Amino acid sequence: MSAVVAASAGSREPVVEIRAADKVFANGTRALGPVDLTVRDGEFVTLLGPSGCGKSTLLNMIANLIAPSSGQLAWWRKGFDDVGEPGRKLVMVFQDATLMPWARVQRNVRLPLDLARMSRTEGDARVADALELVGLTGFEASYPRQLSGGMQMRVSIARALVTEPNLLLMDEPFGALDEITRTKLDADLIRLWWRKKLTVVFVTHSIYEAIFLSTRVVVMAARPGRVLEDVVIDEPHPRTDDFRVTQKFAGYAKVLSELLAEASAKGATDL
Amino acid sequence: MTPAGNERLLKWVAPLAVGILALLAWHVLVKAFDVPKFLVPSPDLVLETLIADRELLFGSLLVTLKITFGAFFMAVIIGTVVAFLFVQSRWVERSFFPYAVLLQVTPIVAIAPLIIIWVRNTTAALIVCATIVALFPIVSNTTLGLRSVNPGLLNLFRMNKATRWQTLTQLRIPSAAPYFFGGLRISSGLALIGAVVAEFVAGTGGTGAGLAYQILQAGYQINIPRLFAALLLITVTGVLLFLLMVFLSKLALSSWHESEVVHES
Repeated sequence: MSAVVAASAGSREPVVEIRAADKVFANGTRALGPVDLTVRDGEFVTLLGPSGCGKSTLLNMIANLIAPSSGQLAWWRKGFDDVGEPGRKLVMVFQDATLMPWARVQRNVRLPLDLARMSRTEGDARVADALELVGLTGFEASYPRQLSGGMQMRVSIARALVTEPNLLLMDEPFGALDEITRTKLDADLIRLWWRKKLTVVFVTHSIYEAIFLSTRVVVMAARPGRVLEDVVIDEPHPRTDDFRVTQKFAGYAKVLSELLAEASAKGATDL
Repeated sequence: MTPAGNERLLKWVAPLAVGILALLAWHVLVKAFDVPKFLVPSPDLVLETLIADRELLFGSLLVTLKITFGAFFMAVIIGTVVAFLFVQSRWVERSFFPYAVLLQVTPIVAIAPLIIIWVRNTTAALIVCATIVALFPIVSNTTLGLRSVNPGLLNLFRMNKATRWQTLTQLRIPSAAPYFFGGLRISSGLALIGAVVAEFVAGTGGTGAGLAYQILQAGYQINIPRLFAALLLITVTGVLLFLLMVFLSKLALSSWHESEVVHES
């Protein structure tokens, strides 16, 4: 079943295509690339690498928050102007929950719809759906400060889902959470991805999180940031926590940690 | 004693006790050393004078209040508008901010005579003076607040293709609110000070006489109890203004902002 997912991914429509994109800052530091990467419809791609490997830069480029110094990006084979049309919706979940502290959960989640001037009644119905998906029904009237870190992150994810996105970008979204909360959110996220047929690009520096979540792990190296290896995680979905204790999981962990060691070593020799 | 009771004790009883003790000491010392009332009147005499001269003093209080609130209102309106203009572009802020500072650092007593000459209507002139004094905290605090937007939220608004107007009303203004209310607290006190100082300089008598004029007159006539009574009115007004601002700030922010949230623990 997973083999089917992995094998058929090659023939699916590309969602994001990155061709020879790089980023050189004004002071001459090369943060990234040139990098080539294609993310196809329905994939869960994780960018894994040591700090300074440009994984966040790459993700921000996909979000169109950073422009490449040279090279090209395409979204659904088109420019960024068409992003936002039905079937081409992109959202980003940040490392912090970035909620508006003055607004209740309801209004925080409805924000993207408010900004798009959707009617209140239609918006509220969508908010209810999104909150149910992340398991926060009943917390509509809470203020962010009344919620735990994990719950705030769920609100952030609900706010992303409310726009019914096709491409979900996540920048170390669970990095600041404790291990137990993180494991729980990982499991919920993978279920969501499966149910909603999302395409996800996920940044993390946790090998275990990368293996558990991804259909494909892109290992990156630093100085300059570049793609070192592309590892397909050949395990059927929906995955459960049992996957974490299998021989196969341990095998992938070994492969990835060796690659990460290589990535760090290569980075170090460049210093 | 429960922690909550302790808290109440600290908040109300302790400062009240200090006040009563100070008044008692004042009273005892004045009586014990037989201090003449044209130097330091006893507290009860001040109160007596306040009641006896109430028509005069409260009439003047009304005048001072009119100037204070007029100036405070103007400062809030002008200050907020200026802050909004400042955050529209760095160029505007860089070009005009030094002059806002200039206005702030020039002592109001030095420019008040000019303003009183330029502005015919005395009340208007006094309001202009007090406005100049009260303006700066609103401008600087609101500008800072409008700029202190969580960059992550700003990115989020940008990614959702929010218009300038949406970003302003739904992100910048709520973010600025705590700073704005901080500015209000400072500014309300300054408006009162500005009003009193401007009255001193103008020295207007007659029906338009404010509390500062009563203090001046009482000083000339060595009517020290009345001077004290007028002083008391100004002080109480200042405290009430401050409390009003605290109340407004609580009303607006208590649901979410750290500074106003009552922590359960």
